[in-house]
Amino acid sequence: MSQMTETTAETTARQSGMQVSKTDVAIDVIGMHKWYGDFHVLRDINLRVMRGERIVIAGPSGSGKSTLIRCINRLEEHQEGQIIVNGTELTADLKRIDEVRREVGMVFQHFNLFPHLTILQNLTLAPIWVRGIPKADAEATAMHYLERVKIPEQANKFPGQLSGGQQQRVAIARSLCMQPRIMLFDEPTSALDPEMVKEVLEVMISLAEEGMTMICVTHEMGFARQVANRVIFMDQGQIVEQNDPENFFSNPQHERTKLFLSQILH
Amino acid sequence: MTTDTAYIRDEFVPERPAPGRAGGPIMWLRANLFATPSDAILTVLGVIFLLWAVPPIYNFIIGHAVFPGGTVEDCRAEGAGACWAYIYARFNFFIYGFYPIDQYWRPNIVFILGAALILPLLIPTAPFKRINAVLFFLVFPVFGFFLLSGGVFGLSYVPTEQWGGLLVTLIISLVGIICSIPLGILLALGRQSDLPVIKTLCVMFIELWRAMPLITVLFMASIMLPLFMPTGTNVDKLLRALVGVTLFASAYLAEVVRGGLQALPRGQYEAGASLGLSYWKRTYFIILPQAIKHVIPGIVNNFIALFKDTSLVSIVGIFDLLNTVQAASSDIEWASPTQAVTGYVFAAFMFWIFCFAMSRYSLWMERRLDTGHKR
Amino acid sequence: MAVQDNIGERAPRASLLNDPVVRGIIYQVLVAAAVVAFISWIVLNTAQNLAAQNKSTGFDFLFRTAGFDISFTLFPWSRTSLYWQAFLAGLLNTLLVSIIGIFFATILGFTLGIARLSSNWLVARVATVYIETIRNIPLLLQLFFWYFAVLKAMPAVRESFALPLDIFINQRGLMVPRPLPDQEFVWVLVAIVTALIAAIAIGIWATRVRTATGRYPGQVVLAAKVADAIVSFLVALLAFSLLANMVRGISMPIMLGASVLVAAVSVTRFAPFGRATLAFVFGLTILYALLVAMFPAVPQLLIASGSAIGGLTMAWITFARATERPPSEGRFPFALLILIAVGIPSLVYWATGAQLAFEIPVLARFNFRGGVQLPPELVALVFGLTIYTAAFIAENVRGGIRAVSSGQNEAAQSLGLKEGDRLRLVIIPQAMRVIVPPLTSQYLNLTKNSSLGAAIGYPELVNVFTGTTLNQTGKAIEVIALTMAVYLTFSLLTSAFMNWYNGRVALVER
Repeated sequence: MSQMTETTAETTARQSGMQVSKTDVAIDVIGMHKWYGDFHVLRDINLRVMRGERIVIAGPSGSGKSTLIRCINRLEEHQEGQIIVNGTELTADLKRIDEVRREVGMVFQHFNLFPHLTILQNLTLAPIWVRGIPKADAEATAMHYLERVKIPEQANKFPGQLSGGQQQRVAIARSLCMQPRIMLFDEPTSALDPEMVKEVLEVMISLAEEGMTMICVTHEMGFARQVANRVIFMDQGQIVEQNDPENFFSNPQHERTKLFLSQILH
Repeated sequence: MTTDTAYIRDEFVPERPAPGRAGGPIMWLRANLFATPSDAILTVLGVIFLLWAVPPIYNFIIGHAVFPGGTVEDCRAEGAGACWAYIYARFNFFIYGFYPIDQYWRPNIVFILGAALILPLLIPTAPFKRINAVLFFLVFPVFGFFLLSGGVFGLSYVPTEQWGGLLVTLIISLVGIICSIPLGILLALGRQSDLPVIKTLCVMFIELWRAMPLITVLFMASIMLPLFMPTGTNVDKLLRALVGVTLFASAYLAEVVRGGLQALPRGQYEAGASLGLSYWKRTYFIILPQAIKHVIPGIVNNFIALFKDTSLVSIVGIFDLLNTVQAASSDIEWASPTQAVTGYVFAAFMFWIFCFAMSRYSLWMERRLDTGHKR
Repeated sequence: MAVQDNIGERAPRASLLNDPVVRGIIYQVLVAAAVVAFISWIVLNTAQNLAAQNKSTGFDFLFRTAGFDISFTLFPWSRTSLYWQAFLAGLLNTLLVSIIGIFFATILGFTLGIARLSSNWLVARVATVYIETIRNIPLLLQLFFWYFAVLKAMPAVRESFALPLDIFINQRGLMVPRPLPDQEFVWVLVAIVTALIAAIAIGIWATRVRTATGRYPGQVVLAAKVADAIVSFLVALLAFSLLANMVRGISMPIMLGASVLVAAVSVTRFAPFGRATLAFVFGLTILYALLVAMFPAVPQLLIASGSAIGGLTMAWITFARATERPPSEGRFPFALLILIAVGIPSLVYWATGAQLAFEIPVLARFNFRGGVQLPPELVALVFGLTIYTAAFIAENVRGGIRAVSSGQNEAAQSLGLKEGDRLRLVIIPQAMRVIVPPLTSQYLNLTKNSSLGAAIGYPELVNVFTGTTLNQTGKAIEVIALTMAVYLTFSLLTSAFMNWYNGRVALVER
C-alpha cells in the first residue's frame, strides 16, 4: 500500500554497500494497524528507528501520535502488523512485554510520579523490584540522575511539593534509572507553564547529545529543529510525511503538512 | 530538494473495520465476556449462578405467583409463588393505614398536589422557581396538615393515630427534610463561624446527633420529649417522631451544606465583603445560592437515607409503610406460606422505586452541575 | 441563632455597636443566654414532671436486681443479675454482632467493589444489580425479611437442614459444633501466636534483605524450595482425596504416590505441569460438587463432562501463569511462611498430645444437644448488616480504586513492574488512603445500625438497656444518657482514628 520508509542510517548503509545489521535497529514497526473498538486509529504505520536516532513526531491532536508511541511499549495493543523493539517482537506474551518495558523508558505528559513515595523512592522503586539492584546502589544511581536533572536537593521531598518542571525532570530521571536503551516522550512539556518548558527541554537535549535513542511526541518545533534527525508528521492515524528537520520545516511537501505548519509557526 | 530520507504519502489509507471483529455482537462478547481464559471462567460461573438463582426468583414473583383475582386457597396451594392477590386486597391499608375509607380523597389530594409541586421544582429549567419553592416548602405542608387532620372547614377530624402506610412514610420524610433544611443551613453556618461560643455549640449539636443511631433518637423523642414539656402538655406520637427525625436529619444536612460552603472559592466571600454587604446579606445573596446549588446531589442522597430511615418509626409504634406490611402479615384471612415474603417484597419494591429514582436524579444533577462548573 | 464572621475587614467606625469584635461578643452572649435559658426551662419542666410522677433520679438503680431474662449473653446471666450487668450484656452483644458483621461485610464489600470494576461485563453487572438493589431498601425491612421470612420459615427442629461441617439450621437458629480444647491445647495456642509472629518477622526480614542486597537471603531461598515441595505435596494430597471422593477406586497408596510425584516435579523446571494437574483436579472436583448440589435435576454425566471442561480450562490458565513465574530465587517465600504459620502449631499439637474435640450438635428428642446454638436473631442480624453494609463498602472500594489515576498504573507498567508489584507498591497503597476513612465510617454505621437488632429481639444495648431496663426502672434520663455516652464514645474513637490516619497518610502537597 505504501513504500517502506527508510532512515538516513539505513540509506547510507546501503549506499556504501553494507548490510544493515539487525542490532543497529532499535525499533521496527511494520504495517501496523490499531483499532479502538471500531475506530481505526493507526493505519499502516511503517517506521524503522536506528540506534541513536532522535525522532520527533508532530501532528494535530487526535492524529494518533501518542497512541503510536504507547504501542511501542505495549501500553496499547495493536491488532495488525509487527512491532519489534530491540529484536523482541511484541505479542500478548507477558514475558516479552516485560523484556521490552525494561529497556524502554517513557515520560508522560502528566508526569505520573507516585505521589505516596518520596522522589528518591520513586527513582529506586523499579531498579530494586525489577532489576534486583541493591538498595544502596539504586540510591547512588538515583542521586546521580537527580544531579543530572539538577535537583539532587529534592531527593527526600514528595512529588506534590515540586513544581511541574521539577516533577517532569524527576520523571525523566526515574526512567533513566532503569538505564533504558530507548526513551519515549509523550508530550512532555504540554502540561507545563511556559517558564518551565525550558528546563525540561534542556534535560532532553543533553540526553540527545549523549546519543540516546529517542522518540518524542511534541509541539516544540524549536526542539525538533535542534536535536531531531527526522521529523514525522502524522494525520488521521497515518504517517503523512517525514523528512530531516531542515527540509521538513523549510520545504513541506504534503498539503496537510503545510497547513499544519502554517497554523503552529507564525 | 527532498533527500532520500524523505517520505510523502500520496494516498490516504481508507478506514476499514477491525480484522476478525466484523460481527458486532460476537466482537462484543469476545471483548466483554471472553477476553481472557480467566474471564471466560468467571463468565461461565456467572451464568451458572444466574441459571441457579434467577428461575426460582422469576417463578416466585411471576411464574407461580397468584395475581389479583386469585383466592387465598390458590396462595395456600403447594408451590405457589408470591400472593399478589393479598397485596391487592390490602393495598389501601398499605397506602392509607387506618384512615377512614370515605375520606380517602383527602390524602389523594395531598398526594397529587405534592407531586404537582415537587416535579417542576426538580426540573432545573422549569420557571417560577421561587414561587414554586414557597408553595412547596411553606404553603403545602400547612395546607396538607389541615386537609389530612381536619376539624376545620367542616372536615371531619382524623387523629394522627389513624394515619398510616405510605402516607405516613412520605409525611415523615418530607417534613423531616423540609424542616431540616433551614436548621441544617443555620448549623452549617454556625460551624463555619469564627465566634467560638457559636461554633462550639453547633459542633456539639451536630456531632452528638450524628453519633446516635436513629432508633435511640426516636426512643429519646418518644420518652424524653413529654418529660421536657411543661406538665400536662400532650405531645402527639407522630409529632414526637417528627421532632426526632428532624433534629437527626438536620445534623446530617449541616455536614452536607458545610461541604458546599467549604467548596466555594474564597474569592466569593471576599467579593461579597468588598461590595460592602452585611454578613446576612452576603450569605443570603451570594454564598448560600451557590453553596446550595453545589450540594443538591448531597441533599438528595441525604433525603434517600432519611426516606429509608423513616421505616424505624415502626419501632416506636407508628404505622408507616413497613409497619402496615408487618401488621398485615399476621392477617389470618390471607394466611399462607408466602404471605410474609410477599409483603416484604412489595414493601421493598415501593421503597426501592423511590430511592432508586432519587439516586438517579442525584447522579443526573451531579453530572449537570459538573459540566456547568467546567464551562 | 446569630452568626457572625470576620471575613473582609472594614474600617472601624465610631459607634461601638458597629465594631465587629464587640458585635461578635454581643451575639455570642445573646446566643449563650438563649441556650442556657432553654436548657433551664427543660430541666425545670423535667423536674416538675418527675416530681409529679414521684420519681427519683440517680444511678443507684444500676446495682439493683434486674429480674428479667436475656435470651443470649456472653457471660452467665440469671434473673438475679444486676442492671449494670444487663448494660454490660447488651454492650457485649452489640460489640459481638458488630465485629462479626464488620468481618464479613469487609470481605463481601471488597469482593463486590472489585467485581464492579471487572472487565467482565457479566460480573460487573451482577455486582451493580446487587449494590443498587440492596442499598435502596431500608435495612429494617431487610432484617425483617431475614428474620421473619427466612429464619422463622426454616423447618422445625426435627426437619433441620444439615449444612456441611456438622452445622444445622432450623427455626431456633444455627447449631454449630462447640470446640472442646483440653489443657495441653494452651501450648498449641501459644505455638500459633509464636509461629504467626515468626512467619511475619521472616517475611519482613526477607523483604528487607531483598531490598538492600537485591536478592532474598540464601537460607530463605533454600527453605522456600523445601517448603514449596512440602506444600505441593499437601495440596496434591488434598486434591487427590477430593478426586477419590468423586471417583471410586483411588486407593491411599495411589494418592500418596501421585502426591509425591507432584511434589518432586514442583522443584524441577517441569513444575508448571504439576500445577496444571492440580488445577485440573481441583476444577473438576469442586465444580462437580457445586453443580450437583445446585442442579439436582441435570444428569450427572452431563455435569461431569462439563466439570471436566472447566477443569481443563483451569489447567490451561494455571499452566500459562506458572510458566510466567520467576524462578524461586526471585519470589517472595509465601509457601515457607504459610508452612511455618500452620506447620509449627500442627507439630506442637501432635507432640504435646493435645486434644481438640468438637462437640457436635445431635438431634435429641425435642432439640439439639451439644454444640453451640446461635439464636436466629443473631444470625438474621449478622446477615442483614453484612449484606447491607457490604453494598456501601463496595462503593467505597470502587471509588478508592478509581481514584488512582490510570496514569499511575501506566507509569508503573512502563517501568517494567509486574502486575503483583504494581498492585502492591503503587495501586493498593494509594487506593487504601482513599478507602480507609469512609470504610471506618461504614464500620461505625454498622455498629450504630446493630441497634436495629432491637426490632427483631436480638438483646443488644438498645433492646436490653434502653428498652427493657428503661421500661422497668423508669429512669429515662439516666438510661438514655448512658446509651448516648456509649455511642458517642464509639463515634469519638472512630473520628480519633480517622484524624490519626489522615494525618499519617496525607499526601504532602505544596
